[in-house]
Amino acid sequence: MRHTISVLVENKFGVLARVAGLFSARGYNIASLSVSETLDPSISYMTIVVEVKDEKILEQIKKQLNKLIDVVTVTDFTKKEHVDRELILVKVGCAAKEKAKLEGLLHKYVAKLIQHKTNTAIIEAVGDQEQVKQLLEGLKEFEIKELVRSGRMAITQ
Amino acid sequence: MTGAEIILECLKREGVQVMFGYPGGQVLPLFDKLYDTDFKFILVRHEQGAAHAADGYARATGKVGVCVATSGPGATNLITGLANAYMDSIPMVAITGQVKTSLIGNDAFQEADVTGITRPVTKHNYLVKDVKDLARITREAFYIASTGRPGPVLIDLPSDVQLQETEFIWPEEVNIRSYKPTYFGHPGQIKKAARLIRQAKKPLIYAGGGIITAGAHHELKELAERIQAPVTWTLMGIGGFPATHKLALGMLGMHGTVYANYATMDSDLIIAVGARFDDRVTGRIDAFAPGAKVIHIDIDPSSISKNVKVDIPIVGDAKNILGQLLEEIKGASDTSDWLRIVEAWKKKHPLTYKNGDKIKPQFVIEQIDAVTGGTAIITTEVGQNQMWAAQWYKYTQPRTFISSGGLGTMGFGFPAAMGAKLGRPDKIVFDIAGDGSIQMNIQELATCVCNNIQVKVAILNNGYLGMVRQWQELFYKKRYSQTCLHNPDFVKLAEAYGAVGIRVTRNEEVRPAIERAISTENTVFIDFQIEPEENVFPMVPAGEAINKLIGGLA
Repeated sequence: MRHTISVLVENKFGVLARVAGLFSARGYNIASLSVSETLDPSISYMTIVVEVKDEKILEQIKKQLNKLIDVVTVTDFTKKEHVDRELILVKVGCAAKEKAKLEGLLHKYVAKLIQHKTNTAIIEAVGDQEQVKQLLEGLKEFEIKELVRSGRMAITQ
Repeated sequence: MTGAEIILECLKREGVQVMFGYPGGQVLPLFDKLYDTDFKFILVRHEQGAAHAADGYARATGKVGVCVATSGPGATNLITGLANAYMDSIPMVAITGQVKTSLIGNDAFQEADVTGITRPVTKHNYLVKDVKDLARITREAFYIASTGRPGPVLIDLPSDVQLQETEFIWPEEVNIRSYKPTYFGHPGQIKKAARLIRQAKKPLIYAGGGIITAGAHHELKELAERIQAPVTWTLMGIGGFPATHKLALGMLGMHGTVYANYATMDSDLIIAVGARFDDRVTGRIDAFAPGAKVIHIDIDPSSISKNVKVDIPIVGDAKNILGQLLEEIKGASDTSDWLRIVEAWKKKHPLTYKNGDKIKPQFVIEQIDAVTGGTAIITTEVGQNQMWAAQWYKYTQPRTFISSGGLGTMGFGFPAAMGAKLGRPDKIVFDIAGDGSIQMNIQELATCVCNNIQVKVAILNNGYLGMVRQWQELFYKKRYSQTCLHNPDFVKLAEAYGAVGIRVTRNEEVRPAIERAISTENTVFIDFQIEPEENVFPMVPAGEAINKLIGGLA
């Protein structure tokens, strides 16, 4: 099962390696990770998405995260009411005559065309997992040349 | 002050008296300033020896052990010692030199990413990039090493930072917002635990190294006597409860006593204190103590419910929590039926061995026990020597058994004995060794002789890597692959270093040799040539339930 965990950490060098090390030492791949400063510049906020088969191991990882000296708090969103979003940037092939069709498609999603140049369009979209998935599905009509995802960010309700 | 002066001033203020280490290029500024101080600095012959000696010092005294090494190979040589201390929760501070900050990451001479390498084997580590942070970092390092669940902390100190100057400001208080260990048990949990204890018909106390760390041995004894529960312990818990007490069951697990394992499997309430249900203790986990409820007291929340299901977790310091429990449980329990059953097992299945023409290792340890009256500090190497030392010496005081529990590090015992002797010069210190393990840090003979550290080493010499050979005998059809050793002459070897060597080949020479070793004012190696194929029994084969013992069943 996929779990979304947020970790508030000291904004210092080496902290990301400590956090990532707890996952890698147990052979778990981090599916997505987003890190940035909070309003308090001495603290960073990490949202980690990880696929874990054994819940006991996830419990252990959370406890180990809490044990790290530089970790302030750990929140598991799995059983909590929360909102999550992801930002994606997509570069698609789009001839001038297809532009209107593309804009029509984007209109259905929280997505917008931010650039269109020489048969290439760049699209920006924000959404939850399902919205992002559907948008990418819809964009299959066009040739997807590049896709960049911010990784999931989550906040409790 | 320079960075080197600041760190030395911090060590002094932290109460450090003894340090172990080895100099090198990138710690020259630090060693230069050290030259003008009063620290007792023990120059080892290999950095691994420094780490284990600091560890042994910490275990014998309860203080933070300190070791120092240079960058690159000096630091990498500390790794086994750090991992060893980390697994056994030993407070230690390691200081390593590092290449200049401008060269970090350049593959400079003797450079290694030491904070990177040591991250999984330290409680915390620091790379100091600004001398202004050094006093705070040193203070934090000692605080983190010695509080909560203790552990090793490493400070990586680039050579230019050692030379930089700044004003020295001693941080009176340590305040780390994200590190606040819990020391007292939750009152609601204490009440629930007390209720379970009062209801239990067959309670058992399972005591671990947390008893020693917290200094909870008095409270443990009082609780055991009040609730009339037998006490078993882990390897790390040895010395936390007197082995001579009528409620004592000895060690449990793979090489535990038959009666400790039977009592564990049959009990209806396990009170685990400062222990972590390690696989060497539980054996087959799904068959472990099927009828028992579990109260688990530990300062580290990540130790609780890791291996077994726990009914009542209590996070906090063992001494405080046992004190809280004693407040809650006033009356004595009647467990006489249970104690009768346990007593019958004790009578039926005592620890046993048979003396023969050749010297038995168990006999050697019994004799060391007899001569020292059970009050010596015993360190061990790892393997058969360690298990026999755990089984056959009657420890009655905490911090008298010093052994590599979690990591199982061969070569630990001798340098650890060195550290223990420096920490407790009043004590007789014996390293119970095997002929394999002793050769893993034998270079420290020079350290002992040069610094007049009078440790006594009892080599149980069977010419084999005994524990591995035992497994090969029992589980690999006696195919002794790479376990037969061709050893040096340990007597001549000791003499070459300026120590004293004694060879013992007959039973009647055992006791006089021990007595002579103790009265000799030098480091002494006793080469006990023992029965080569003696096994450690009883034994629970790996993956079996702990009441499925083989061997040693009288």
